[in-house]
Amino acid sequence: MGRRDRMSGNEAVANAIRQVNPDVMPAFPITPSTEIPQMVSTFIANGKMDTEFIPVESEHSSMSAALGAEAAGARALTATSSAGLAYMWEELLLAASNRQPLVLALVNRTLSGPLNINADHTDGMGARDTGWIQIYAETNQEAYDNFIQAYPIAENPAVHLPVMICQDGFITSHAVQNIEIEDDEAVKKFVGEREVEEYLLNPGKPISVGPYSVVGYCMEARKAQEVAMENAKDVIIDVAKKFKKEFGRGFELFEEYKTEDADYIMLIMGSAAGTAKQAVDDLRAKGMKVGVLKLRVFRPFPAEEIAKALSKAKAVAIMDRCESYNGHGGPLGMEVMAGLYRAKADVMAVDYIYGLSGRDFTVDNVYDIFAELEDAVKSGKAPAQCQYIGLRTKEGK
Amino acid sequence: MAYNLKEELNKPERFAPGHRLCAGCGAPIAVRSVLRALHEGDHAVIANATGCLEVSSFTYPYTAWEDSYIHNAFENAGATLSGVETAYRVLKKRGKLDKEETFKFIAFGGDGGTYDIGFQSLSGAMERGHDLVYVCYDNGAYMNTGIQRSSATPMYADTTTTPVGSESNGKMQNRKDLAAIIANHDVPYVAQTTYLGNFKDIHEKSEKAIYTEGSAFLNVLAPCPRGWRYETADLMEMCRLAVETCYWPLFEVEHGKWTLNYEPKQKLPIEDFLRPQGRFKHLFKKGNEDLLEQFQAEVDRRWENLQYLCNR
Repeated sequence: MGRRDRMSGNEAVANAIRQVNPDVMPAFPITPSTEIPQMVSTFIANGKMDTEFIPVESEHSSMSAALGAEAAGARALTATSSAGLAYMWEELLLAASNRQPLVLALVNRTLSGPLNINADHTDGMGARDTGWIQIYAETNQEAYDNFIQAYPIAENPAVHLPVMICQDGFITSHAVQNIEIEDDEAVKKFVGEREVEEYLLNPGKPISVGPYSVVGYCMEARKAQEVAMENAKDVIIDVAKKFKKEFGRGFELFEEYKTEDADYIMLIMGSAAGTAKQAVDDLRAKGMKVGVLKLRVFRPFPAEEIAKALSKAKAVAIMDRCESYNGHGGPLGMEVMAGLYRAKADVMAVDYIYGLSGRDFTVDNVYDIFAELEDAVKSGKAPAQCQYIGLRTKEGK
Repeated sequence: MAYNLKEELNKPERFAPGHRLCAGCGAPIAVRSVLRALHEGDHAVIANATGCLEVSSFTYPYTAWEDSYIHNAFENAGATLSGVETAYRVLKKRGKLDKEETFKFIAFGGDGGTYDIGFQSLSGAMERGHDLVYVCYDNGAYMNTGIQRSSATPMYADTTTTPVGSESNGKMQNRKDLAAIIANHDVPYVAQTTYLGNFKDIHEKSEKAIYTEGSAFLNVLAPCPRGWRYETADLMEMCRLAVETCYWPLFEVEHGKWTLNYEPKQKLPIEDFLRPQGRFKHLFKKGNEDLLEQFQAEVDRRWENLQYLCNR
C-alpha cells in the first residue's frame, strides 16, 4: 500500500528517482529543476539509493554522459530546465537518433531574454522535434506517476526512444500538494530492470555506436526512428493502463474533463489545466456546457484522437504557453488545427497565448475565453487568433 | 619485461586496416601506438570526438575498431566517456558485469575537439577524476573542415582562416600549452609524446596513462600532410624534427612531478622543422628573417620553462 504525503513536484520526482534507483545520473543545476539533483544527491549521501551521480560541468555534458552511460548498458537520467535544455539540444537529437532510452526530468521554464526563471513551455516546445517522447503533468502526482512510467515506455523494444517528463516550474515543481507515494517495492516491480541486448560493456561482443553515415543509409535510420515514435503511442497507452490497474490513477494520451456534452472546450497542457477545470465547474453551475481537454502526451502527437475528442464541440480554445514567433500561432495551436483539418472536423478553433514567463493565468481569464467563444459562435464571427491573455495595457494595467 | 617493438607488433591489431584516413596521416599511428599498450585480455571502450579520425574509421556499415567504440559529437568525448566509465563502475557494483572482466577507457580527439570546442568537457572529466585516458592527436589545426586555425596552431602558420597575404603573415598568436593546463588539473598522469624510432616513448607513456588509476592525458603530435604540406613519406621525419628542434618536447607529469624524457644532444634550429612544411613557406622569403627569429625565441622560451619545471 502506498502512503499519503505532501510534497512539491521536485520532491515527488526525486522520490520516484529514488524508488527506480537508476544506474547513472549526470546533472548540472538550473532553476527551477535544481532541487531534483540536490535531493537525489542527498538520498545517495544517506544510503537511501545507490545511483552513481556525476556532477558534470554543464548540461551539454549531462546529456552527453547520460547517453554514454546508456550506450554502455546502464539506465541513466538527468534533470534540467530552460537554458539547460537549450544547451543540450544537440545531445537531445543524438540521444534519440542513437535510440538510447534515457529519461529527462524537465521542469519547464521560459528561455531568455529577458532573463526570467518562471514557467512556460518554451523550453519543451523548442525540443519538440528532437525525437523525444514528451509527457506533461498537471500536478505533482502526475509528475511522479509519469516518471514511474517513463522507463517502461522508453525501453520497450518497439520504442527505444528517450522520454521527457515535464512539469511546470515553481507552480508544480515548488508548490506543495497532497500526493500518494507508492511502496518502493511496488514501483521497482512496475519499472523492472533494463534488458539490453547490445551495449559497449558487453565483454567479447564489442559494438560501435554513433557512425558517420553516407546518403545511402541515413534516411533509413530517420525512418526507423519515426516508426518508433509512431509505435510509442500504443506503448504509452498500454503502460498507462497497467499503471492504472496497479495504482488506480492516471490518463492515457489526454484527460477529458466534462467534455462529453460540451459546446466549448479548452485544450490545455500542464498546471494551468487545474485553473481551467475550476472555471469549467463554475460555468457549468451557471448552465454553460464547457469542458477541458488536458493534453498529457505531446510527443508522439495524438492528432487524430484530439480531433475526434473535439469534433462535437461548437468551438475550442487552444492554449499555448509558448510563442513561436512565426506570425500565425503557437506550436500546440498549429498542430491541433492541422489535426482538425485532416480529420475534416468543422470546429471553430482559436489559438490563445497565455502564461508566458510565469504570467498568472486565472479562472477569470478562462471565463473570458469561454465567453468569447460563445459570442463568436452566436455571431458567426471568429475572434482574433493568438491573443495574449493577461497582457499589460499601455496604461500599465 | 623490456620493451620490444617486434613483439608489440605481433599483438593482434585493435585498429583494423581499411579505414579511410589519408596516406601520411599521423592519427592512425597515434591510435595504434596507444592501443598496443592495452594488455591482452583487457577490453576497452574507445570514445572519439567528431573529426577526421571518426569519419574515416566508422563509416556505416563499416568500423575499423575491434573494441567497443562510441562517437557522440564534436565537443563531448570527455563527458561521453565519463558516462561510460561511470556505467562500468555501477554495473560492477550492482553485479551486472562480471568482476573478472576489465575494461579500459580511452578517448581520442583532434586538437579542435580537445583544445577548443571540447575543452570544457575535457576539463570536467579530468577534474572529476574519471578512470580514463584522453588522447589528443594534435595536428595543429581543424583539418577535417579544411585546415582552419585552432588554439594549437603555431604562430605564423598559413591556414584557411589565417591565410598568408600581403597584409598577413599567418596566425598571429602562439599555441595554447594544453598539457600544462591539464597537468594543473591535479590529475595523476599527463604526458606529451609522439612516435619516434622504435615507438618506445609513446608506448610506455600510453601504458602508464591507461594503467594509472584516475584521469590521464596524452598529447600526441600527429602531423597532417594536407595541413602541414609535407611529403607523405616524411611523416616520421616530421615528428623527429619536431622533437630534435625542441618544438615538441617529450615530457611527463606524474602526480605533479615534471620529468623531461628526452634532451637532444644538439638542439636543431627551428628552421629544420619549418622548412619541409608548406604552411611556413613564407617564413623563408627574403625580409621575413625576423619572423623566424621570433619563432625560434618562442621555442627557446618554452624549452627553458620546461627545463625549469623539470629541474625544480
